[in-house]
Amino acid sequence: MAETSHGARIIMAPPAISATTLPVELELRAVERLWSHAFLRKSLLLILLGVFWQVYARVLDNSLLFPTLGETLASLWENVRNGTLPLRTWTSLRVLFIGYAAGIAVAATLTVLAIGTRVGTDFLETMTAMFNPLPAIALLPLALIWFGLGTGSLVFVLIHSVTWAVALNTHSGFLGVSRTLRMVGRNYGLKGLGYVRRILVPAAFASILTGLKIGWAFAWRTLIAAELVFGVSSGKGGLGWYVFENRVLLDIPAVFAGLLTVIVIGLVVENVVFRSIEQRTVRRWGLQG
Amino acid sequence: MSQLQTASPLPAQQASRTLLDVSGVTLRYKTETSLVTATERVSFDVAASDRFVLLGPSGCGKSTLLKGVGGYLRPSEGQIRIKGHEVTEPGADRMMVFQEFDQLLPWQTVLENVMFPLVVARKLTRRAARERALAYIEKVQLGKFADSYTHTLSGGMKQRVAIARGMAMEPDILLMDEPFASLDALTRRQMQDELLRLWDETRFTVLFVTHSIAEAIRIGSRILLLSPHPGRVKAEVRDVEGVSFEDGSAARLEKEIHDLLFAEPRLDG
Repeated sequence: MAETSHGARIIMAPPAISATTLPVELELRAVERLWSHAFLRKSLLLILLGVFWQVYARVLDNSLLFPTLGETLASLWENVRNGTLPLRTWTSLRVLFIGYAAGIAVAATLTVLAIGTRVGTDFLETMTAMFNPLPAIALLPLALIWFGLGTGSLVFVLIHSVTWAVALNTHSGFLGVSRTLRMVGRNYGLKGLGYVRRILVPAAFASILTGLKIGWAFAWRTLIAAELVFGVSSGKGGLGWYVFENRVLLDIPAVFAGLLTVIVIGLVVENVVFRSIEQRTVRRWGLQG
Repeated sequence: MSQLQTASPLPAQQASRTLLDVSGVTLRYKTETSLVTATERVSFDVAASDRFVLLGPSGCGKSTLLKGVGGYLRPSEGQIRIKGHEVTEPGADRMMVFQEFDQLLPWQTVLENVMFPLVVARKLTRRAARERALAYIEKVQLGKFADSYTHTLSGGMKQRVAIARGMAMEPDILLMDEPFASLDALTRRQMQDELLRLWDETRFTVLFVTHSIAEAIRIGSRILLLSPHPGRVKAEVRDVEGVSFEDGSAARLEKEIHDLLFAEPRLDG
C-alpha cells in the first residue's frame, strides 16, 4: 500500500507465536469445584448442626425439654408412616392454597384498577399503607366472630397476609416499567388488560415474583400461627394444630417433628418451587443477576 | 447538488404521493411546573420512500414531533395525517425505533421480539409471522442470534433487532428517534450504512430524528431543519442524495447547515 494518499504508516504486528505455558482455560481441582457449590457447603453446615444437636441433647438427657435428633427423626418417621403427619400437612396446604390464590386474585384486581385510574392508585396506596403493617394474625379474633371456627376464618386471614405484599410489589413493579417499553406496547396497539398481560406483567415479573415470595412466607407463618390458636375444624386440624396438640400430650419429639415439617415445607417451596420459576423467567431474561 | 430552501412558509405541495402530512402542528406538554411548547406551527410532508430527517439542536422539539406522529401526543393546534387519516393514537402502521436499548422485550428471544407485533398487531398466524420475522432477522444479519435472549446482545445488535422488528411490520412509515445515538462511533457508522443498504432493498419510508448534521446528510434524502425554543421550521434541504463524501460537497453542505442552524436569529429573515 505504498501509494496511499494519507502518508501515515501502518505497521502490522508479527504473527502470534505458539501457545504459551498456560492454556486460556484451566480446569480447577475437584475439591475447589465442589466447594464452589453453595448447596454442598450448606449441606455440610446442616450436618454439623445436626451433630451438634444430637450431642447437646444427649448431654442434656431430657427428652421432655429437648429430644435428640434421633428421637425427633424416629417420631417423624413414625407419624409419616401412620399417616397422621401427611394428613395434617395436606389439611394445612389445602387451606393455604385457597387463601394464597384468593389473595393473589384480590391483589391482581386492585393493581389492575390502580394502573388504570388515579383513584385506583390512591385507593391501593392508602390500603397498603394501612394494612401492610397490620399482622394478619391480629385479625383472627375478628375473623372468628365473622366466619366462625373453620376454614373461612383461616382463608380470611390468609388473604389479608398475601394481598398487600403482592399488591405492593406488583404495583411498584408496574410503575418501574420503563417509559420506552410502555411506548413499545402502545405502539403495537395494546390496550387495557392485553397491555397489562403482555407488557406490564412480564416486564415487572422480577418484582411480582418477589411479592409472591413474600406473600407465601407471610401466608405460611400466618397459617401455622392461626392453627396454633385453633385448628380443629370438622375433626381434623393442620400442622399448627398438630404441634399444639402434641405439646398438650407432652409428646415433645412429635412437636419437634411437626416444627421440622413446617421448616422443610417452607424450604422446599422457597428453594425448589420459587427457585425454578426464577431460573426459567427473570434469570433467563437477564432481569436479575 | 442539494438545494437548500430557507423557507417560511414552505410551498405546500399536496401531491398524491404524500404519505404523511403534518400541517401547522403545535405540540405542548406539561412538566411538573410548567406547560412547555415544544413545536410551533410546524408543517412538512413526507412522500413514500422518502428518508426524511428532522434535524436540529436539543430543544427544537424534534423528538416530540416524532412522538406526535407516533400518536403519543395530540397536537394542540394543527393536524397530523397519515394516508389521509388523522393520527389520534399510537398504532402499528407507524412503527417506532427508539434510542434506548431497553426497547426490546427482555422476556422474548430475538425471534419472538420480531414476531410479537406481527402476531399481536398484524394478526398473522404464528407460522407466517415466524417466516417473515426470520427473513428480516436475516436481513439485519442476526440469523445466528434468532434464539438468543436480548440481554446477551450488544447495543448495536439490539438496535438491529429493533430495526428488523420495525421493518418486518412493513409499516406505512418507520419512525426512528435517534436510534444510533447511544452507539459508539464505529458501530454508528456501520449501522448508518446498513440502514441505507436495507433502504436500497425495500425502499421503506422513514422519518429519522437526529441532532448530528453528518448523520442527517448520510441518512437523509430530505432534511428538515428546526430551530429551538420553541421548535420552528427553519429550512428544508432537498436532494441530499446528490452530495458526495468523496468530493467534499458533503462537508460543504454540513458547514452550510451548521451556519444556518447556529446563525443569529433574525439575520436570515
